[in-house]
Amino acid sequence: MTYLAKPKLHHPTLAKNKRGFTRRDYEGPVSTLCAGCGHDSISAAIIQAAFNLDIEPHRVAKLSGIGCSSKTPTYFLGQSHGFNTVHGRMPSVLTGANLANRDLIYMGVSGDGDSASIGLGQFAHAMRRGVNMVYIVMNNGVYGLTKGQFSATADKGSKAKKGAINNDSPVDMVGLALQLGATFVARSFSGDKAQLVPLIEAAIAHQGAAFIDVVSPCVAFNNHPGSTKSYDYVREHNEAVNRIDFMPHREEITTEYEPGTVQEVVQHDGSVLRLRKLHTDYDPNNRIAAMNFLQEHQARGEVVTGLLYVDPDPEDLHIYANTVPVPLNALGERELCPRAAALEKINASLR
Amino acid sequence: MKPTDIGQPDYFHKVVDCQWACPAHTPVPEYIRLIAAGRYSDAYMINWQSNVFPGVLGRTCDRPCEPACRRSRVEDGESKEPVAICRLKRVAADYKDDVTARMPKPAAKKNGKRIACVGAGPASLTVARDLAPLGYDVTVFDGEKKAGGFIRSQIPKFRLPEEVIDEECGYILDLGVEFRGGQRIDSLKDLLGQGYDAIFVGSGAPRGRDLDIPGRKEAAKNIHIGIDWLSSVSFGHIDKIGRRVIVLGGGNTAMDCCRSSRRLGGEDVKVIVRSGFEEMKASPWEKEDAMHEGIPILNFLVPKEFKHVDGKLVGMVFEKVKAVYDERGRRSLVPSGEPDQHFECDDVLVAVGQENAFPWIERDAGIEFDKWGLPVLNETTFQSTLPNVFFGGDAAFGPKNIIWAVAHGHEAAVSIDRFCNGEDVAKRPPPLVNLMSQKMGIHEWSYDNAISNDVRYKVPLKDVSIALKNIKVEVELGFDPQLAFKEAQRCLNCDVQTVFTAGQCIECDACVDICPMDCITFTDNGDEAELRGRLNAPATNRTQDLYVSAELKTKRVMVKDEDVCLHCGLCAERCPTGAWDMQKFFLNTAKAGPGCRDRHLNNLAPLRQAA
Repeated sequence: MTYLAKPKLHHPTLAKNKRGFTRRDYEGPVSTLCAGCGHDSISAAIIQAAFNLDIEPHRVAKLSGIGCSSKTPTYFLGQSHGFNTVHGRMPSVLTGANLANRDLIYMGVSGDGDSASIGLGQFAHAMRRGVNMVYIVMNNGVYGLTKGQFSATADKGSKAKKGAINNDSPVDMVGLALQLGATFVARSFSGDKAQLVPLIEAAIAHQGAAFIDVVSPCVAFNNHPGSTKSYDYVREHNEAVNRIDFMPHREEITTEYEPGTVQEVVQHDGSVLRLRKLHTDYDPNNRIAAMNFLQEHQARGEVVTGLLYVDPDPEDLHIYANTVPVPLNALGERELCPRAAALEKINASLR
Repeated sequence: MKPTDIGQPDYFHKVVDCQWACPAHTPVPEYIRLIAAGRYSDAYMINWQSNVFPGVLGRTCDRPCEPACRRSRVEDGESKEPVAICRLKRVAADYKDDVTARMPKPAAKKNGKRIACVGAGPASLTVARDLAPLGYDVTVFDGEKKAGGFIRSQIPKFRLPEEVIDEECGYILDLGVEFRGGQRIDSLKDLLGQGYDAIFVGSGAPRGRDLDIPGRKEAAKNIHIGIDWLSSVSFGHIDKIGRRVIVLGGGNTAMDCCRSSRRLGGEDVKVIVRSGFEEMKASPWEKEDAMHEGIPILNFLVPKEFKHVDGKLVGMVFEKVKAVYDERGRRSLVPSGEPDQHFECDDVLVAVGQENAFPWIERDAGIEFDKWGLPVLNETTFQSTLPNVFFGGDAAFGPKNIIWAVAHGHEAAVSIDRFCNGEDVAKRPPPLVNLMSQKMGIHEWSYDNAISNDVRYKVPLKDVSIALKNIKVEVELGFDPQLAFKEAQRCLNCDVQTVFTAGQCIECDACVDICPMDCITFTDNGDEAELRGRLNAPATNRTQDLYVSAELKTKRVMVKDEDVCLHCGLCAERCPTGAWDMQKFFLNTAKAGPGCRDRHLNNLAPLRQAA
């Protein structure tokens, strides 16, 4: 936490994107989280991704619940729409917002407490309904705001800062998301922006429920030996299945790759995910195989990261609910008041 | 790249661009902070230690520090200007309290060594100041009645009031220095015969170059050599000039000549230079000041002839030239083919350069001269081929400026001190260096780390109509305390260094994310050229170092480009482990005295090894 605003001055070569914004223009006020918090790195990754995608800030809505993680939307995309919901209720507020205005980019930001404890039900239903959004969980395994009690994602057997051992089984958010039908599921690490930034870009481009679990060490309460969410532990046990390059449009492959090591996924909007495979037999288009792979490696104490599952042609809530194709605020009086003849037709259909 | 050795005094010294650029290595950010705090006397004394003439230099310095200032590399938008370092120095001098009690006292006990200084300019006075308090019996000789040398004779009073010169020369002469004004030395042999233990020659470059073109002799009455004319004006021998004046030359002397002319009756004053306007030797601000007073500067005109009628100057003829560059980038001026230009005038001031002149040094006195007529000297010790004779200031390597003269004086004083103690003058003492953490609390530093977005403040000037009426009215009014505070806040505190301890780093990226200038990168090591290209922001300024850490846990290294760092300390504030710390770097060059001698240096050596 700092009392100073980040100086306005910037590097002389700082680039502008197609919208005329610099990366700095996507920042928010300076963070008040603890120094070294992984969440700040995730905020920085979101800023970088939004800059890279030439996003217009006013086309983004960022929603969050309660917790350290849920404070972060203040610190990125300062010119976008924001909504802090009550604890654990971000998914339903986001769902409502999405139904009302389907044209915005929705970014739900939550933590392991907000999503895996008080908001677990909300999380589950947003996933199974296929709400078109990017759902980021900043996962540190502890309740930081209340001084470091184990959260629901803390691994069984992991150690608290004062030495207590966690006896409860963890909620596996990635496993749940896969099971509940999320169409884009990834895991990453706050200390690895090279992996995280393209994942966020790809998730934003994805037209369905995109879930990213980001392990984000809590430097104040969960960065000690015995923790499974510390910088050191994650770096030692990180098992990345792939590295992705995100491209808004298909570009020719110019680098030489070993045969079978590169796989391209073309998403519905034409964007291309070029996966450089680190596990040659890993197939991110196979939901069941992904779940098995995860379970096996998790059992060995490994933290599996990368793009774990993607459905390039997802369906979303609007398709299931057969809603109008435009945001509700774009509907005119004519559509909203369809007159007596239309009522007559509806009534007739019910007779 | 190898990990940066921050134990090397030069590493952090180079980061303090202003201090590194200053020949006397004045701790600039340190005194600017003191000015911001209203501690003008303390700021003055820091300056006085380093550069001896803060009041004089605060008005007249050539300010090599300002082009070096980091501020001009980090500002956004149109204005990219350095901190007004020079004019802030003047603030310290203007608003200080009486500092006489803080000056060194004359030595209680003399050490029996006698030193003669030839000339009472800034180089000699610096030698006198450094040596007199140590017990040396210093005698300063000068042809003029008052001390100061060119400071007194060449710089017009509207730039530098006489009281300032009197005050600052006075501080030195009050140290028990014997000043023999009006006693010009005309024989070195004679002086050598008087049994001095060492002689310092700080006699300047006193001869103005002349212009030998047709009409020079015939119109001599109205053609004056710039530096001679300026000193005559300075001493009140000349108080008027013709209505139409041409000043030849593009240096600072030419600027002083034209502005003085404007005050002595010159209404139509113009400066005419051979070169292009951009290549003129005068400092940009001096050109600006001249133009502000309605003096045009005409360029690419080579003087061809003085026109005269009945022995009276009536005008000058110039040939129009253009600059042509050969394939090696060397410039030559060739006739442009345009017709010659004629300018009418009543007086001409020739300010086309200065030369060294040592008519008083007998060529068989034992001092060797090179083919340009300059003494053969050791460049670091300033010792001549006669071991007990040292040179400094313009007399050493030709015309430079006051701050260089002061720097020479300090070094020569060290040499003389070691020489008089029978020690090897070639062995030079290292500077005194200190690094101290500025951390006061989690978000508190003992320096003001907020970054001001203000653009450079202009020094208020006297109204031109008043200023031009009296040659003794100072044109610049100086910053008032409020303006001085605001200008001081523009300083980035480059002496408060970002110090990185690799062993503490957990690679959380917090510093990378917060750095407003994208200076910090964690990446795989590589060779410098390649590394510079793949940092978070390209490090294209090769004059600025990369700070490279030892290998971290992930086998990467931390690389920081020092170039545009704001020294805002946010990296250290956001660092959870204290791997980054803001530490104030203080460097004072070694001065004459016990600290520069073998006994002290030998004690120092084992300490350094242990560290």
